[in-house]
Amino acid sequence: MKPAPFDYVRPDSVDEALRLLSTLEGAKVLAGGQSLMPMLNMRFVQPDHLIDISRLDLNGIQLQDGRLHIGATTRQRDIEFSPLVQQHAPLFVEALQKVGHVQTRNRGTIGGSLCHMDPSAELPTVCMTMDADIVVRSAERGTRAIPMREFVVAYMTPAIELDELVTEIRLPVWARGHGYALEEFARRHGDFALASAAVLIELSNDVISRAAVTIGGLAIAPTRIAETEALLIGQNCAQVDVEAAAAPCGEIEAVSDTQASAQYRQQLARVMASRAIARAIDRARR
Amino acid sequence: MSEHRIQLHVNGKSCEATVPGRLLLADFLRHHLKLTGTHVGCEHGVCGACTILVDGRTARSCLMLASQADGAKIETVESVAGADGKLHPIQQALIDHHGLQCGFCTPGIIMTVIEMLDTVPAPDETVIRDWLSGNICRCTGYNGIVDAVLAVVKSSGKAPS
Repeated sequence: MKPAPFDYVRPDSVDEALRLLSTLEGAKVLAGGQSLMPMLNMRFVQPDHLIDISRLDLNGIQLQDGRLHIGATTRQRDIEFSPLVQQHAPLFVEALQKVGHVQTRNRGTIGGSLCHMDPSAELPTVCMTMDADIVVRSAERGTRAIPMREFVVAYMTPAIELDELVTEIRLPVWARGHGYALEEFARRHGDFALASAAVLIELSNDVISRAAVTIGGLAIAPTRIAETEALLIGQNCAQVDVEAAAAPCGEIEAVSDTQASAQYRQQLARVMASRAIARAIDRARR
Repeated sequence: MSEHRIQLHVNGKSCEATVPGRLLLADFLRHHLKLTGTHVGCEHGVCGACTILVDGRTARSCLMLASQADGAKIETVESVAGADGKLHPIQQALIDHHGLQCGFCTPGIIMTVIEMLDTVPAPDETVIRDWLSGNICRCTGYNGIVDAVLAVVKSSGKAPS
């Protein structure tokens, strides 16, 4: 299948891109194209205009004031191999190794993954775990930062206005030596996860002082499980009842579809959470 | 619908063309440049038959617009053998180890192996299978392909990583 006809435009600056976004009707933004192009090829979307932002100066990775700043059009492969990310957000690296395949990570971008907002995608799941802020800009209203918890309004629908462009993702980093793990279940390598669990753990004198647990693939957005986090905090890392802590992860509402029933997804969520919690604690102890 | 003038390098030669905005890079290579070694399987980015190198990195040419390739350096399977026709080690190894039958997936596999060996000098079987997970083969069952890559690694004399 080939895409339906559209007008293709490639702005040279963010300002020009924003101006196009605020004036063109029926426009979609094209970054890496690894999610949008399949939809165009199969005619699931038929925009009138395609705004290619891949040449804008929106890529790059920096560490500032305890936060990683990643430009929206930074290629996933560059994030995966970034020494800064490997050192300060190793959960991201582990997640990226499960995102698509090498060929798709060479072109795919972090901003694109977040705007596509597939409920089982790994990047939104780790952004939720790390409490990312998504920075968006429009020609008329300037810049604002949306916390990841508020970023999803509906199935595959991020909370950005039609004239807004995601420019940057900011990730507060966790303490050096923190534990991390991402577990996901998919029937084939590279398939979308039926359920996934991302966990971050910090220890203080062998006691879990901080925990973040996110379940992906069940609901319309990756979901932080506050009950599991509360059950973990305060436990001695050598005596954690992992199964009990993971149990609430299977209690969130899950979608039933041709891939899996809700109950199966909930069961998978519990198991993935158990594995991820155990692995993250193990890493934190080393 | 828009039309665009593009200038790019394909297999070492510069080329210019005017293309419709929605023309896929895979179709540009096949129909405009007659480089039919790049194959179109699924057209939605999962099979890998359309894999080429863009600025040295593998990419699915069915998921790129020709317009996006303006200014890019493209390498397709036609550039892999020597100018004198001598086969690249991976091409010879695929023949020697029954790494192809119908050959439809083979160009995509070759381009992936080229990036693999550029990135990881001596991959072991686990790494090889992980790299090849983005290329689907219906015929071989993959073992012959993996054997071919291992043979290339072995004959290059590098220790496995």
